[in-house]
Amino acid sequence: MKVLLAITRRELAAYFATPVAYVFIVIFLVMLGALTFSVGSFFERGQADLAPFFTFHPWLYLLLIPAITMRLWAEERRTGTIELLLTLPVAMWQAVLGKFLAAWAFTAIALALTFPFVVIVNMLGTPDNGVILAGYAGSLLIAGCYLAVGAAVSALTKNQVIAFVLATAACFVFTVFGSPVVAGFVADAVPSGVLEAARRISLIGRYDSITRGVIAVRDLVFFVTFIGFWLYANAVIVELKKVG
Amino acid sequence: MAAMIEVDGLTKRFGPVVAVDNVSMTVARGEVLGFLGPNGAGKSTTMKMISGFLTPTSGTARLCGHDVLDEPLAVKRRLGYLPEGAPTYPDMTVLAFLDWVASVRGFSGAEKHARVERAMRATSLGDVVYYPIEALSKGFKRRVGLAQALLHDPEVLVLDEPTDGLDPNQKHEVRGLITAMAAEKAIVISTHILEEVEAICTRAVVIARGRLVADAAPGALAARSRWHNAVTVRVLPEQRVAAIAALAQLPDVHSVEAEEAPSDGLLAISALPASGVPLEGAVRTALSNAGIAPRDLRIERGRLDEVFRDITTGRPAHPETSQAA
Repeated sequence: MKVLLAITRRELAAYFATPVAYVFIVIFLVMLGALTFSVGSFFERGQADLAPFFTFHPWLYLLLIPAITMRLWAEERRTGTIELLLTLPVAMWQAVLGKFLAAWAFTAIALALTFPFVVIVNMLGTPDNGVILAGYAGSLLIAGCYLAVGAAVSALTKNQVIAFVLATAACFVFTVFGSPVVAGFVADAVPSGVLEAARRISLIGRYDSITRGVIAVRDLVFFVTFIGFWLYANAVIVELKKVG
Repeated sequence: MAAMIEVDGLTKRFGPVVAVDNVSMTVARGEVLGFLGPNGAGKSTTMKMISGFLTPTSGTARLCGHDVLDEPLAVKRRLGYLPEGAPTYPDMTVLAFLDWVASVRGFSGAEKHARVERAMRATSLGDVVYYPIEALSKGFKRRVGLAQALLHDPEVLVLDEPTDGLDPNQKHEVRGLITAMAAEKAIVISTHILEEVEAICTRAVVIARGRLVADAAPGALAARSRWHNAVTVRVLPEQRVAAIAALAQLPDVHSVEAEEAPSDGLLAISALPASGVPLEGAVRTALSNAGIAPRDLRIERGRLDEVFRDITTGRPAHPETSQAA
């Protein structure tokens, strides 16, 4: 536990040691604001909720989360520090989970800084703050999913650009799978069984229902399993790289 | 004396390339093993396997009785390892980095503080404690890596080129540090500085093209040189021909080498023994019979660089079999 904490703390501090953290947070907040107020018609809707705000989270994450995860393993491999990390008395799961938790905590910090949206909507009307809380939970969960995918992909390469592009592509696939648009588009080409399976592993449907305030155990189990699976894959990839 | 490091048939293949080929050796407490070889011979790969960073294709390594494949954490707790190139996190300050390593190694509170302090003192990092590592010179970075490896006072130290990039004073300090620790530890250092091996190592292992080609004390290795027990005398230039003739007719002399041009008015002439036998008495007698009084007479221990070159390029080192001049 102490080891895990030490790794998480170092990784989290590493984000703030460079301008990465500040650039990320500023861009995240600015883009979220722009999307919510202009594209999301936050005011024009005349409703005291944060639905237009949460709608954009997965799409923004698609672009920004891989930027957080791309360095996680790729940079360690490029600079050789992975050799240091893996020859310290650290279990593989501690290294993998420590890095993931740091990235997740960082995302949570960025997300927490969106609190003015909550303040505004509470000033303008009387929103259901329970639903807003659920929205934040959903946002954090889907961010966790992207982070887990991105971390695993980062372990594949020592090139951060490759890690970024691959992670974006992979997250995109998991996001749009099962969305009505994509389903309609490929319905003729793909057997219905595949489509059904794709819909089941799609993140966006479950995210939407959570942000509407419907927190189903089924969905929570799915998110946790999804993250667990990718963290496991991450550990396997790092372990396989030791074989050369 | 129990072996603290047992390397047992370590082999590593990268596709068709055999980087390390069935290397076995043991290192006991109190030994400082110099791991030698040309670049690309497999030194670092072997060390990466001992430390558990690379998984061997076959064979294994045991540290203090713990198998690196079965009990990696037990091995890593007992091992101080300086990886190739001394990688450290460049964004961190020296203090933050060492503090972090200490935390990961399970130290906390006053003990952690004391250990970080001691490691920094041992490696003379006191002046750069609050510098980010990326701002440090190569020598300082190397010492941060060394401090990290020493922090937990491990029983086994595996150091990949600990003095690379250090200036002569720093090299001297690090060698002193290693010698001071040697008694209660088993230490492996890789290097291609041969004087370092002679200065601090109790044993030298030479690896070439992935294979172990020599495992002996540095002195014994030097004794394989055709220069081992060679006698060098300095004579006046006009005595050159007579001296060479006198030495060449000795039965135990394999060959005679002479300087072309004199320095300080004297000419050095060396008699190389046939099979490492001592020549001093015979040389003195032969020269006095020829009426030559040598100005000084020196007995060579052997030239490690020459032996190194011979065994790593596959040529034999002994005069009986070599095509010596």
